[in-house]
Amino acid sequence: MKSTPTKKQRQKSSNGRQQQTESTDANRWNLRLYVAGQTPRSLTAFKNLKDICEEYLKGQYHIEVIDLMENPTLARGDQILAIPTLVRKLPQPIRKIIGDLSNTERVLVGLDIQPR
Amino acid sequence: MSRQIRRNSKLLKGLQKERTGIPGFDEITRGGLPSGRPTLVCGSAGAGKTLFAMEFLVRGATIFNQPGVFMSFEESDEELATNVASLGFDLNQLVADKKLLLDYVFIERSEIEETGEYDLEALFLRLGYAIDSIGAKRVVLDTLEALFSALPNEAIVRAELRRLFRWLKGKGVTAVITGERGDGKLTRHGLEEYVADCVILLDHRVQNQISTRRMRIVKYRGTSHGTNEYPFFIDDKGFSVLPITSLGLTHKAPTEYVSTGIERLDNMLNGRGFYRGSSILVSGTAGTGKSTLAAHFVEAACARGERALFFAFEESQDQIVRNMRSIGIDLEKYVKKGLLQFHNSRPSAWGLEVHLAVMHQTIAKFNPAVVVIDPITNFLAVGDEIDTKAMLTRLIDYLKIKQITGMFTSLTSGQSEIEDSEVGVSSLMDAWLLVKTIESNGERNRGLYILKARGIAHSNQIREFVLTEHGIQLIDAYVGAEGVLMGSARSSQVAREREAELERQQAHARKQRQLRRKQELYEAHLQALKGQYESERDAILRELDDEQNRLRVAADQRREIARLRRADDGMQIDENGARKARKGAAR
Repeated sequence: MKSTPTKKQRQKSSNGRQQQTESTDANRWNLRLYVAGQTPRSLTAFKNLKDICEEYLKGQYHIEVIDLMENPTLARGDQILAIPTLVRKLPQPIRKIIGDLSNTERVLVGLDIQPR
Repeated sequence: MSRQIRRNSKLLKGLQKERTGIPGFDEITRGGLPSGRPTLVCGSAGAGKTLFAMEFLVRGATIFNQPGVFMSFEESDEELATNVASLGFDLNQLVADKKLLLDYVFIERSEIEETGEYDLEALFLRLGYAIDSIGAKRVVLDTLEALFSALPNEAIVRAELRRLFRWLKGKGVTAVITGERGDGKLTRHGLEEYVADCVILLDHRVQNQISTRRMRIVKYRGTSHGTNEYPFFIDDKGFSVLPITSLGLTHKAPTEYVSTGIERLDNMLNGRGFYRGSSILVSGTAGTGKSTLAAHFVEAACARGERALFFAFEESQDQIVRNMRSIGIDLEKYVKKGLLQFHNSRPSAWGLEVHLAVMHQTIAKFNPAVVVIDPITNFLAVGDEIDTKAMLTRLIDYLKIKQITGMFTSLTSGQSEIEDSEVGVSSLMDAWLLVKTIESNGERNRGLYILKARGIAHSNQIREFVLTEHGIQLIDAYVGAEGVLMGSARSSQVAREREAELERQQAHARKQRQLRRKQELYEAHLQALKGQYESERDAILRELDDEQNRLRVAADQRREIARLRRADDGMQIDENGARKARKGAAR
């Protein structure tokens, strides 16, 4: 739990609703990965994401993988065009990262884990 | 040409066309957009690309029962619905009926970070799902170029676009893709590279402060199409394209006549007037009574119970009605009856195309038998001569097809040649009346003659044209030894002639009287001579009688003497005393 001090800072700035989610650390980072079928690129993206999360957000993240082949209607809600797309639902604001997440530096910047 | 088309269509069995339902557009493309293929519609901002695309879908859904998907990259669903509501398209209803699906693709560049390889499969899935969910046959992508600004990697976007168009063809949907006009290119990002089947260019030009929209089919693979720039306009009913020449010269020619409303003018035209459905040009200098001629024509039509439409570009309705009343033409009663409709506007109010469109629509709605345009020369204030002529050609074509008789007045300016019709439309016209002022003896008189009247044996004479309280009167101009005389010169000449005639008549009467007197004189002489002759004749006859008597007496005496002498029995003396042998005695 290296990131505990940062977590406390964030809790102070967040509102009451978010404080309820404080009980489970897994809800801190709500990430959605949109893919279309089990393509090599999708698998690479998922692997890269998992690696990054394990390294930087261990225990505070939740990854949801959405296969648009199965649920094409979901593309509309998050305005997904590119595959694969990673959407940071929480913390707000929403951010999107497209591509196979092979550039860790840029993923960290995109997720606001690392300052630009 | 037609054989070639037939051969082509035989070979290209696959090239089907999808009608857009946009008035005029299907005519210039000879059937619409290529079915099952993408079409690129490009143009600068405000050229009407989105509207064209939306109308393609809405008409497809409402007229041809083909559901459509509108994928917008620029406007949200609500914005789109609001924007086209003014054209009478109820998008929300169509969406509720599953005839239309709006999909707003919103990409915020600042939200997006790019890391590594990706493709646009999600867009394909999204579009594919939209198409399948309502069974769409038509698709609009407005405008795909947003992808270039949204996604940083242009190479990927290009590769994916190429794939997208192939995919669309594979789906068998008729697609319209819009693209912003670029410098020296049809589209800013070269979309035309991918859409090779049909490219339509929309243009919006401002000339003399009046805007004109035009459309051109840049290319349309595998079919013939109109290649001109076609004006179009957007009004409260949406898009309308006006084909100039695609209508061709195939109209019927009626043999019925329509009166000009002026008896003597009818007489000049073989006694019957103009052919129905012909176009008549009335040209002349200012103040020669062109509008009045038109008013007569309209009045005659209304009196026959036909509908007439008067497009006035100079005067208001009230003014025309008042002015015509002063010469005994009552137009107001026909307006009240609903037989006559005025349409007054300033030429500079709109561009030529809108004028034409308004006229088209008004004519289609009112369905008149007679149309007057007073005057056509005012359109030159809006467009140049070529544009005006093109516009009038289209109008005349339209009138001819509907068999409406059109009268067009044209003002000839003072300097120009009198037989110059300014707008250069004389060759389009079937009949041409020329009204001109003839100046002589310090007065201006109007003269009218028929310059041409196709298919009608017409008088070649100039008639003097007088505006009276009972309308226009045509008077024979004086043509004699002293040339053509009009106005007071004509009337004084007529008076002089009448005087001379009177004198001639008097001289004649004098001679007659003289003759009669001579006759009487000779008859009296004759009588006298006859009397003399009779008396002389009587005297001679009497003498002859006397002589006879004397002879008879002498014969008697001789007989008496013979009897006394007992003349021979064998001899007898006849009455005349001559000796004669008795027949019996002689033997």
